[in-house]
Amino acid sequence: MANVRLENVWKRFGANEVIRGIDLEIDAGEFVVMVGPSGCGKSTVLNLIAGLETLSDGDIHIGARKVNDVAPKDRDIAMVFQSYALYPTKTVRENILFGMITRGASRAEQDVALASVTELLHIDMLLDRKPGQLSGGQRQRVAMGRALVRNPDVFLFDEPLSNLDAKLRLEMRTEIKKLHHRLGKTVIYVTHDQIEAMTLASRIAVLEGGEIRQFAAPEVIYEEPEDLFVAGFMGSPSMNIVKGRVVRNGRLELEVTDAEGAVRFPIPDPLAGPAGRHLGGELFIGLRPETITRQGTQRPGTNVFAFERAIDVVEPTGPDTMLVFSLGGIEAIGRVHPEDKAPADTLFPFEVNMDRAKLFDPASGKRLR
Amino acid sequence: MSEAQGIVRPKTAASTALRWLLFAILGLFALYYLMPLIVMVMTALKPLDEIRTGSLISPPRNPTLEPTVRAWNSACVGVRCSGLKPYMLNSILMVVPAVLISTMLGAINGYALTKWRFRGADLIFGLMLFGAFIPFQVVLLPMARTLGALGLAGSLWGLVLVHTVYGLAFTTLFFRNFFVGVSDGIVQAAKVDGAGFFGIFFRVVAPMALPAFVVTVIWQFTQIWNDFLFGIAFSAGDNNPATVALNNLVASSTGVKEYNVDMAAAIIAAVPTLLVYVFAGKYFIRGLAAGALKG
Repeated sequence: MANVRLENVWKRFGANEVIRGIDLEIDAGEFVVMVGPSGCGKSTVLNLIAGLETLSDGDIHIGARKVNDVAPKDRDIAMVFQSYALYPTKTVRENILFGMITRGASRAEQDVALASVTELLHIDMLLDRKPGQLSGGQRQRVAMGRALVRNPDVFLFDEPLSNLDAKLRLEMRTEIKKLHHRLGKTVIYVTHDQIEAMTLASRIAVLEGGEIRQFAAPEVIYEEPEDLFVAGFMGSPSMNIVKGRVVRNGRLELEVTDAEGAVRFPIPDPLAGPAGRHLGGELFIGLRPETITRQGTQRPGTNVFAFERAIDVVEPTGPDTMLVFSLGGIEAIGRVHPEDKAPADTLFPFEVNMDRAKLFDPASGKRLR
Repeated sequence: MSEAQGIVRPKTAASTALRWLLFAILGLFALYYLMPLIVMVMTALKPLDEIRTGSLISPPRNPTLEPTVRAWNSACVGVRCSGLKPYMLNSILMVVPAVLISTMLGAINGYALTKWRFRGADLIFGLMLFGAFIPFQVVLLPMARTLGALGLAGSLWGLVLVHTVYGLAFTTLFFRNFFVGVSDGIVQAAKVDGAGFFGIFFRVVAPMALPAFVVTVIWQFTQIWNDFLFGIAFSAGDNNPATVALNNLVASSTGVKEYNVDMAAAIIAAVPTLLVYVFAGKYFIRGLAAGALKG
């Protein structure tokens, strides 16, 4: 087990700044997920930690060791690649043992390691097959086996599940979480799938434009996003973010106007102070779809605000039904119980939990608090 | 192709007639293409008096292997009357090392150019590619001087060197195009697994490149075996490869022209490349197709 520390890490390709001064402290045994849209630099950070790319600036420490100039094979890491990167001409056994053979491990060591890994991943009956004869899920397991057999201090995962179908992805996700629980090793995991990030991570680093926007526990990322980007990126369907004007109408309200008229969201007390400084100006309000339901269905005592809007589209997902309505020029989504739904083009009585509403400064994008 | 496959077409008398016309034209082209080979084989099997009296395309009445045997071990090439045999050996001694060395170097080049990217890799590849388009006449004189300076003038090893150098452009191109299609992740995984430049090449990447090796070996074998220009320019007398010897054999008949021996010698000189195609041809097509998709 080892902690991983990145200090002011920069990566430039010519004039192109891919990573712009990242600081990250990952504790030993932690499961950190780096998430962000494609091109945000998350895979580059992983390659930098692995030593597959050279640093332009800054330091990387693994454990007590500064590894800036240490070759990948000497960093005590193991990596699982997005494309699995299995050696196609080698059998599963040879794939898993390639690293040990390269390092000159004895036959006995190889046998012990192979047995424990194949048993753990249930791939004992595949040992003599070539990767081309395996299904996607089996290849994924072999790729993990190749990493596990290394018994490293740090595991690096580069979008390991993105090539699997939906059902397998769920299964493997659970399996990876179990493995981490069992082995207790430090894991750094890159994905563009924010649900994967939420379910797996002990802490999430949200990256955008080569910078870390927020690094915190999943619940914190979800409920207390630092800025508009994090708020919009995390959550599916994503947060409804709409612009409104701060007005005083006995109490502080955020007035969202469009062709269907105005909706005046009361600003909850804890936010009244910072919102008051924007009186007469504009703010973004962020409402998660699950906080918008049918009137009278939220837990009693919740600070709800009721409003009516015409439904544009009804999208049943099974457990919940998404009602799409227009609000301040965006397609807003409310998430209601299937039995609460109404047909499209009818006026629907919504209520929203204002305690979970977020306000954002349009100029800086930061959340008010 | 069975009728159950492919795009549905209306079946009319006109379309059937067109189809037959198409086959007839294709058959004609095939015959035209095969004609020289047919004439060669038939002539090589005829005794000399039958050639004099019969027509070019009449089949042999009394087929005989005597001209073939003579072409192999007793026909005169210049003043030396030992047939093509010693020159075939020369060709083999030249082709085998030249093919192996140029293929191996091309594979390492292609691997380095795609999987160990360095500054200027694209420029270097561009320059190497340019080498594939240099007309060989241009390099004859400078190469002759170089071989002279190296003390390899007129020797088989000189020819091996020339063919290796001028084959590199093509072999590098073939392997580069193959390795471009190989996932970088595999090389990265091997690096994390602790393998170095040559470890990754020999143990991971080269086994994957079997189709590229087959294509390159066939290509190089055919090119080098069939080469005449370098052979005649850079080898002397007893060191001539088969192609040059064939030319000398045909040119040095005295008195009566022995067409049957000439034809048999030409067939003998062509047999190795034919054999390579027969045994590895399907890999060649497959490899070319793969290269075209990936390149």
